[in-house]
Amino acid sequence: MDEKIRHILEILESDARANPEEIAALTDMTAQEVSQAIAKLEETGVIRHYKTIIDWDLAGENYVYAVIELKVTLERNLGYQAIAERIYKFPEVRSVRLLSGDYDISLTVRGRSMKDVAFFVAEKIATLDQVQNTATHFVLKTYKEDGVILHEPEAIKRLPVSL
Amino acid sequence: MRPPCDPSKFVAETIKNVPPSGIRRFFDLVSGLEDVISLGVGEPDFITPWHIREMCIHSLEKGQTSYTSNYGLPELRDELAKTYYRRYGLEYDPASEILVTTGVSEALDIAVRAVINPGDEVIIVQPAYVAYVPAVVLAGGKPVIVSTYREDDFRLTAEALEAAISSKTKAIMLNFPNNPTGAIMAREELEDIADLVAEHDLFVISDEVYECLTYEGKHVPFSSLEGMKERTIMLNGFSKTYAMTGLRLGFAMAAPEIIHSMMMIHQYSMLCAPITAQIGALEALRNGNDEMERMVREYDRRRHFVVRGFNRIGLDCFTPKGAFYAFPYVGATGLSSDEFSERLLNEKKVVAIPGDVFGEAGNGFLRCAYAASLDDLKKAIDRMGEFVDGL
Repeated sequence: MDEKIRHILEILESDARANPEEIAALTDMTAQEVSQAIAKLEETGVIRHYKTIIDWDLAGENYVYAVIELKVTLERNLGYQAIAERIYKFPEVRSVRLLSGDYDISLTVRGRSMKDVAFFVAEKIATLDQVQNTATHFVLKTYKEDGVILHEPEAIKRLPVSL
Repeated sequence: MRPPCDPSKFVAETIKNVPPSGIRRFFDLVSGLEDVISLGVGEPDFITPWHIREMCIHSLEKGQTSYTSNYGLPELRDELAKTYYRRYGLEYDPASEILVTTGVSEALDIAVRAVINPGDEVIIVQPAYVAYVPAVVLAGGKPVIVSTYREDDFRLTAEALEAAISSKTKAIMLNFPNNPTGAIMAREELEDIADLVAEHDLFVISDEVYECLTYEGKHVPFSSLEGMKERTIMLNGFSKTYAMTGLRLGFAMAAPEIIHSMMMIHQYSMLCAPITAQIGALEALRNGNDEMERMVREYDRRRHFVVRGFNRIGLDCFTPKGAFYAFPYVGATGLSSDEFSERLLNEKKVVAIPGDVFGEAGNGFLRCAYAASLDDLKKAIDRMGEFVDGL
């Protein structure tokens, strides 16, 4: 990968709001070059989406999250992709992953209450023909989300002057 | 009643001859000030990568708190030998050619003491790290200064070096990537230096602690040049590369006779480097590459940011090729480095170290460490811009 592109992606991965001028200063490029590079990365799908990580607990919105493990049976002409598509279209579903190991698919689901989530799984997911069984794990606390630690890290004090 | 006494008369003459550090003065100036942004530190703002800290903690839990071999943990020396073979094809025998020390500072001190006789001249290339002259003075040697200049990108030229060599010259101290300028040397330029070293039968103490923080081109260890391995002590450490400053771990690589003589001092003064830090260092070498590269890329971005920033506010700034210091020229403002730094601190609460602390050749410059968060760098440059505009 081109070094400049790697720099741009790393900057945006940690701060989606970094603007072309700021990125230019960090990469020894012009703002125009950065804009063009980003446009191309967006066009080719390397940059999928810009999003914000929110601590909803702190905002006072008590969402309930659950990780759901699914065991599925594959049918003729119907692979994992098709099952995943059926599942990820529900807006309650935040992520869908195919896994190796005991379970096949892992979902993250968000709802307004435990009852909400439980009913969603029981009515919409467990009833799918291909789903053999499900295991629902409610999230009690999120410590780190997508590389971001969700609490105030304690600042480390350095001496202001050193050799 | 016994007579009163002045304890200062007991202080050794050698210590009285050591010039005071210009950086120390800033400690006192800074203390008590609030909202200070510091570009005055010589250490990473990153915390030691977690896998290294975790390994140190685990070793403590297991009770690994004993002495190690004077030379350092055998596994660590093995891993160092492998690392330098892999990186540069350098072959150092882990049993006899590597010494693990308490930071590069200790390695520097004992390296100089191991090879310098009283009266020997040691060439020091300035601007230079502040410990070199004192290390030579404390060993009874005579520092001879060679300056590097902005117009040469702060590289050492063979002509300048040759002019400083006398019949009493024993050794040269090199430091590339350089603190405070960020200069590096290309292979051809080092070859010219090596020619002179061989011609005048000299020894080289090469402090390569910023080796991994080389942003343009590939670092060339001085000892990797043909015929130079036997004439060189390579000093290096973990502080800058793996953000491990306070863990104090360095090492020296040289011929067995030299390493043995350094160990003679080390065993009686330090005994061994702290075992916890050695275990952390081993983990750093084995599994720290990704984290290290991530930090280097981050420094690289800040490097571009500060150079552009300084030039924008009217301070001519050479693009450093290594380390994590920018060295802008402030002489055009009409202020000396010292006046600039002191007023900048008092009026705008930004700490930067006056260049003359690193020798005459640093006069008119300012050392600004960009191992600080981007937010702090932004604020610092804005404040410096206001300061320059107000002059």
